[in-house]
Amino acid sequence: MTIRNAIRDHGQRYRPRMACLKKAEKVLLEMQDPKTGVKSQPQRLVITTIPHAISGEDIIAWLADRFQIDSQEARNLGSMLVALGYIYPLQDHKRLVIKPDASLYRFQTPYFWPTQQWPVEDTDYAIYLAKRNIRKKGILELHEQEQYNRLHKWMNHKWDFIVMQAKEQYRAAKERKKPDRVVFDCQERAYWVVHRPPPGTVSAMDYGLERRIDPNADEVTGESLHMIFTQQSIMRPRVKSSVSIGALVKYCATYNSHDPFLSKCLPSNPWLTDDVTYWTLNMPNVEIPTKMRVERWTFSFRELLSDPRGRDDFRLFLKKEFSGENLAFWEGCEDLKWGTAATMREKAEHIYKTFLARGAPRWINIDGKTMEITVKGLKHPHRYVLEAAQTHIYMLMKKDSFGRYMKSPVFKDTLKKAIAPEEHKFTDAQLEQNAKNRRPSLSPIILRQQELEQKAKMAASAPVDITQVMSKLSKQGKEVAPRPPSKN
Amino acid sequence: MRSPPIPEMATQEVQLNETLAHLKTESETLKSKLEEERAKLHDVELHQVAEKVEGLGQFVMKTRRTLKGHGNKVLCMDWCKDKRRIVSSSQDGKVIVWDAFTTNKEHAVTMPCTWVMACAYAPSGCAVACGGLDNKCSVYPLSLDKNENLAAKKKSVAMHTNYLSACSFTNSDMQILTSSGDGTCALWDVESGQLLQSFHGHAADVLCLDLAPSETGNTFVSGGCDKKANVWDMRSGQCIQSFETHESDINSVRYYPSGDAFASGSDDATCRLYDLRADREVAIYSKESIIFGVSSVDFSLSGRLLFGGYNDYTINVWDVLKGTRVSILFGHENRVSTLRVSPDGTAFCTGSWDHTLRIWA
Repeated sequence: MTIRNAIRDHGQRYRPRMACLKKAEKVLLEMQDPKTGVKSQPQRLVITTIPHAISGEDIIAWLADRFQIDSQEARNLGSMLVALGYIYPLQDHKRLVIKPDASLYRFQTPYFWPTQQWPVEDTDYAIYLAKRNIRKKGILELHEQEQYNRLHKWMNHKWDFIVMQAKEQYRAAKERKKPDRVVFDCQERAYWVVHRPPPGTVSAMDYGLERRIDPNADEVTGESLHMIFTQQSIMRPRVKSSVSIGALVKYCATYNSHDPFLSKCLPSNPWLTDDVTYWTLNMPNVEIPTKMRVERWTFSFRELLSDPRGRDDFRLFLKKEFSGENLAFWEGCEDLKWGTAATMREKAEHIYKTFLARGAPRWINIDGKTMEITVKGLKHPHRYVLEAAQTHIYMLMKKDSFGRYMKSPVFKDTLKKAIAPEEHKFTDAQLEQNAKNRRPSLSPIILRQQELEQKAKMAASAPVDITQVMSKLSKQGKEVAPRPPSKN
Repeated sequence: MRSPPIPEMATQEVQLNETLAHLKTESETLKSKLEEERAKLHDVELHQVAEKVEGLGQFVMKTRRTLKGHGNKVLCMDWCKDKRRIVSSSQDGKVIVWDAFTTNKEHAVTMPCTWVMACAYAPSGCAVACGGLDNKCSVYPLSLDKNENLAAKKKSVAMHTNYLSACSFTNSDMQILTSSGDGTCALWDVESGQLLQSFHGHAADVLCLDLAPSETGNTFVSGGCDKKANVWDMRSGQCIQSFETHESDINSVRYYPSGDAFASGSDDATCRLYDLRADREVAIYSKESIIFGVSSVDFSLSGRLLFGGYNDYTINVWDVLKGTRVSILFGHENRVSTLRVSPDGTAFCTGSWDHTLRIWA
């Protein structure tokens, strides 16, 4: 396959990806409507009269009225139309923006509209610069002079042609009437400001990298494959809109008070007040969580598990119920799925020995069918080999343990101790002070090092795990004591 | 006697054209049938259900930080899980890690290629991944030693046959999901660089992807230049759902926080919401005055607000349920190329071709 590179192509690209151009053209046509469009009139400028000139403030007012938007948005839209080259300024012609005053603009002739069909050729630009040079030596600006020299160098082989064309265009222009000539010169100059912008200016024609495939090209490949897929899609089970949309709406309502853009962040949003208490109180493994955080755990089992503090609390509850193996198994499966490929086999075996094998120290209770599939799959382990078992255990915890956790003393205790911080009420002076006192935080690299050290310490000084002892005994061939009655 | 016999090649070509035409009609018929099936269960519109929902108040969102330091167009950014650090990448090959709160630059890497269109922060906060015109995705472990050259420990993970458009770590530092201009997405093992799964189905460049926050966490959505948004099963590599309602390239896709829907932003100047369970598009966020493409979208924490970064230098904020535009934000001086809400929803960050990043809250 060809690898595209972005080496300068001297502007020979064309632009198939500016879908905005068609929409812009529609707006332009409306703006030029003699009855309902922007008011225009001839304007005296220096010694000539320019027909059909429009003022910046009229353009903005028309856009604001037509699209029912405020003047700032109208001004932005107007400036984009100028930036694309559909409207050009008569004064200050290099700044492609709409000024909200009596500054004058004109609609660009469709001949010079940006197009998607063909490239804006360097040849044409060279002819334009040469023509201006012929008319008056030294009239080219610095960047234009540089461009001219560059083009002269790499287009040297057709320079005769370029000079000939330039002379011809210059001669033809002299035969036009003066007012027409002035207008055409303005239009042409505006066109080149858009397509060969001065350095350091923003160009609306810049659309970034080429995409590999042209959207306008017609492709009829892989149709039969698509049809099979479409057939399968037709048979997909679907849910009624009222049900699924209802769920989306309910989700918004549930989380409304937790969304910092919709409700106050307590004690305050660090980005607004430069006070990081909110983050400190909500660190991943803080000892006492906030009331809002605990409330989130009750929204769904997923919320509880995804918050490390919540998961710890749940783990504590499960330990008291002697069903901690379920969560441990689930965590082991996650580790298998998302972990390094190299240790995957080992991990799968370890999980099997610890949780699934007959007489395993932390045996989990899954139904026969799932166990069969899992054990079979473990002969050729892959990352998703424990998927069925994991889903089963997850559902078990979700439908059973989760509910009991929320009614348990562990949870009630956590909830009782949870903090509900008061809202900060900073004065302007205090806010200024806060802004001056912004401090860096501990790097995640250090935090991870600390976490690993903590884990190592805990493993070293942990009380004797009865399950480990049992597994050692069984390895030594001694009698295995009956395992504690499984709680589900 | 009939007219002179047509040469054999021409006959074959006519037959081929007829077969293609036949296939095309059959394909169109099937697509209409799919739309029919989807419509059968469509008993209510989103905005109808949203009528009962309370309206949103006025918003005051301002730029709270401006991060200056890139020397060229900012193309991509991602948040660290610590809610204040970010990584950003630009056209000149520079990748910078910032503490957005203090605006300090903490790490910087210069990639050996330009147009670094993809960057991602590892879940642990200890590494970043990036790539672009080099067709690769590389992982750089971060170091506290200011003198250490981060490029020395770089790991080349993904290899595509065309530019890298997006990358994302999965639930750990060990796996990366990538999308590319070569039309495919792929899942890689970071340690070994091994390809774990590839995803074929897009007919053109894939421009964006997002991992599902679902309970079983095994799917992701991708958007491409073929105007399709595809939902993939990470285990099998199969495309399980596909939506083709946009009229132009899809530049950005993002899951709704519940994982049951996703939003997309396209060059056709619209954002759309797709409901995965109902299997259909349920909302279009557009306005006649918005004619420039959307480069990037993201939801607020509750999913009520959708933020869109546009090519006309603005940010539009949409009420996801009611479908109305709540706010328009100005500030950037060139295209907004990337937009992400912070992990705790307290702010969102935008990156722009004007070389800066802004934090809004």
